Amino acid sequence: MAADGAGTAKAPRSFQEVILRLQSYWAAQGCAILQPYDMEVGAGTFHPATTLRALGPRPWAAAFVQPSRRPTDGRYGDNPNRLQHYYQYQVIIKPSPPDMQELYLGSLAAIGLDPARHDVRFVEDDWESPTLGAWGLGWEVWCDGMEVSQFTYFQQVGGHDCAPVSGELTYGLERLAMYVLGVDHVMEMPFNDPQTPIPLRYGDIFRQTEEEYSRHNFDAADTAMLLRHFEAAEAECARLLAAPAIDARTGRHIVMVHPAYDQCIKASHLFNLLDARGVISVTERQAYIGRVRALAKACADAFLTTTAGGAAA
Amino acid sequence: MAELLIELFSEEIPARMQPRAREDLRRLVTDGLVARGLTYGQAAAFSTPRRLALVLGDVAERSPTLIEERKGPRTDAPEAAIEGFLRATGVARADLIVRDEKKAQVYFARIERPGRPAAEIVAEVLAEVVRGFPWPKSMRWGAGTLRWVRPLHTILCILSGPAGAEIVPVVVEGIAAGDTTAGHRFMAPARFRVAGFEDYARKLAAAKVVLDHDRRAGQIAADAETMAFARGLAVVPDAALLAEVAGLVEWPVVLMGAIAPEFLDLPPEVLQTSMREHQKFFSARDASGRITHFVTVANVETEDRGAPILAGNARVLAARLSDARFFWEKDLRVAKTGMAEWAEGLGAVTFHNLLGSQADRVGRIAKLAAQIAPMVGADPAAAEHAARIAKLDLRSAMVGEFPELQGVMGRYYALAAGEPAEIADAARDHWAPRGAEDAVPTAPVSVAMALADRLDTLTGFWSIGETPTGSKDPFALRRAALGVIRIVLANGVRLGLRQIVGAGRGDDLLAFFHDRLKVHLREQGVRHDVIDAVLALPGSDDLALVVARAGALGAFLGTEDGGNLVQGFRRANNILTQAEAKDGVEYSFGPDARLAQVPEEAALFAALDAAEAAIAPAMAAEDFAAAMRAMAALRAPVDAFFEAVQINTDNAVVRRNRLNLLHRIRAVCAGVADLGRIEG
Repeated sequence: MAADGAGTAKAPRSFQEVILRLQSYWAAQGCAILQPYDMEVGAGTFHPATTLRALGPRPWAAAFVQPSRRPTDGRYGDNPNRLQHYYQYQVIIKPSPPDMQELYLGSLAAIGLDPARHDVRFVEDDWESPTLGAWGLGWEVWCDGMEVSQFTYFQQVGGHDCAPVSGELTYGLERLAMYVLGVDHVMEMPFNDPQTPIPLRYGDIFRQTEEEYSRHNFDAADTAMLLRHFEAAEAECARLLAAPAIDARTGRHIVMVHPAYDQCIKASHLFNLLDARGVISVTERQAYIGRVRALAKACADAFLTTTAGGAAA
Repeated sequence: MAELLIELFSEEIPARMQPRAREDLRRLVTDGLVARGLTYGQAAAFSTPRRLALVLGDVAERSPTLIEERKGPRTDAPEAAIEGFLRATGVARADLIVRDEKKAQVYFARIERPGRPAAEIVAEVLAEVVRGFPWPKSMRWGAGTLRWVRPLHTILCILSGPAGAEIVPVVVEGIAAGDTTAGHRFMAPARFRVAGFEDYARKLAAAKVVLDHDRRAGQIAADAETMAFARGLAVVPDAALLAEVAGLVEWPVVLMGAIAPEFLDLPPEVLQTSMREHQKFFSARDASGRITHFVTVANVETEDRGAPILAGNARVLAARLSDARFFWEKDLRVAKTGMAEWAEGLGAVTFHNLLGSQADRVGRIAKLAAQIAPMVGADPAAAEHAARIAKLDLRSAMVGEFPELQGVMGRYYALAAGEPAEIADAARDHWAPRGAEDAVPTAPVSVAMALADRLDTLTGFWSIGETPTGSKDPFALRRAALGVIRIVLANGVRLGLRQIVGAGRGDDLLAFFHDRLKVHLREQGVRHDVIDAVLALPGSDDLALVVARAGALGAFLGTEDGGNLVQGFRRANNILTQAEAKDGVEYSFGPDARLAQVPEEAALFAALDAAEAAIAPAMAAEDFAAAMRAMAALRAPVDAFFEAVQINTDNAVVRRNRLNLLHRIRAVCAGVADLGRIEG
């Protein structure tokens, strides 16, 4: 990709440079730069910094990288674009600022995509997460026909109306970086600077793991165990939320929303694995999604009773 | 007279919602103005991805002053009633008018509603329209409460006349109307002032915005065609895609690129579907019909004539098509081993929780297809086999990705599995007709399979009581029935539906078929009463037979004899019905020719004998024209009979015999049609 016009940064040279530029850009816009959530999630939206913090009246601005897993998307490292483990970049701002689109376009310029030379378009895409009981309206953002981000104004999470509304941006980092770097196969993409003494490409780091997890997800994962774990996570989530709000040890008001929500995240990922193993029929599918949604709703309800959720301290 | 210009400027409006939104804006604003007495001349609405605009010409300066007189209580009514009237009308007591009514003096209030300036009315209407706009889906944003399809940023609202333009003073949830707008998001983002519609459209064009959606669509179509023609190609027409793409850009820039050679051996349907669904690309084909190029529409003009844009789009397409090729190759491997894996997989897919799995359904369709096969000239074994093959692509990766390719892929995979052409064709063609425009299958195996598929769906849902009601038809059963009707009629299939749909609920289903048949034939100009007239005959579960009878009857009714016979029949029927009601008996005892009093009466006996003798064999031979001719021959004798005799004579024996004779007219005609159903 040749150097772009004025006002646009020079093209980055590596995957990590794309990430670092997004981090500094959004830090400069006032976002708290958080670290990835330390659990297996299907998308950045599952990070409690998004799901839970979108609820309640308190202003919020955060940005972070979130490793994400979609077991059914495994292609043994062969497919140029599809991975069962990939990275998303999330930005969440509440209330959504009036210039959110301009801020977003600024982030594209920061990674070397000049809207005067590329075709950037906002194409209708309503977002819905049946497992989170959440939905919003927005777009997928296309750059030269490539979907580079998801742009959503959250309307509901966990069955609750979002007021104020959060603006959420999700960048598919590999796809976006491949485009910026002019790489056709994800495994060929420079991860660090190709001029360094030990240049590493994406494939050097992830080709083997993609193979291993593809085999695991499609054929090896123990479905009986997954089912047991699913039920255990479901029960634990409910148990934690059912505990009395007053902690016996300290006498404080402590609702265990986040530990319970961890179990919801777990259940969701276990469901995705079961789905990849092909043991969930079409009718059962809906039932499982409904069970995870019930957990997410319960967590959302509980969050709204906490200080972070806007309840009077 | 003034001109009103409104622009609602927002973040990107979904393309599919723009046509309705234009119409809603026009309708709601004009209705609102008219309801408040403000008249206008012409109206036109426009949309781009970022704006909805409306211009009204010849808008009145003010609404007219209206004077209303309202009648109140009598002058001697209780004080409370009079005060109430004053409060309700807002008129002072001194201004009340007293009129003499019949018995007393009555108060009248003269209420003058002064006309209001246009700006005041427009402000009121626009605020109401914005707050209540009927978007199919709307949202809130930031900390606000207003709902719009996407965040609404600015409102332009001006009334302009010879004296210049004035901003209509309206504020909707903090957004105050102004007289400025912005151009293209990237090429001309600066805001500018607007003095009227002409100025608006001209400045927008200079700011790289084509306001009129139809012009954008026309420009895209013309540019694409020119570009394709230059390369010896033709663009595959796609009106829905064109409308959508025109709603995605403010400044269309058409670009054409080549599909990488390694994808050209993918089926053309796959290429076209993948390009349309994922990328909103048009397809361009060469003289041999092969799709070799794509057409994309950008929203921006660049210095390098779109080179990076085109290159980017080509790369995205390559990624998409390599996915499609992954599915294709994966599916072909399964297909080449005979598709057993998919057959097994159908057992795991629920069709409906009360109707079993897709595998159960395939089993039923196979049996039914074998049963129907002989009636459509197909080999029962082939039809049964086709049914077992035709639904397998449901389990293929390609159909999982592109459900609309179901059937098309089924044919390719069946061929790859080594199935004969007629089986493979049935996998594709049994889905037809999918819509009103779609042709029906004609190959015997496809026809058997197509009928079996739909009849199984209909009998299945009927058996569990899931029948269409009103506008609700979640399983598209009306379409399934119409499909059966079209296939049967187009192929002249002789099929007694009763033996398939069974008794009991089957009668209800048969009535459903008859209703759909009437709707279908009405669209083709056949009168519903003509169909009703033949439905009473035996064999009405054979739709082709019903239509043949209706056709012959319709033609007969168009003749002079036909029309007159119906008159005669009706007269006979009326007299008979009245007599039967009055006498409390049924005059169905055969009349006696020996009791005929006059030659005309005797002639009618002879004519009825002759008609009856001719009608029965003609009907049996399905020579409906001959049956009609035989019935037509009754016209003159019936007319002459009514001319010559009085039915209700004093002679009871003669009267009874004549009534029995009338009954015989009805009975003889009933062998051809129930003429009593004919209207008008």
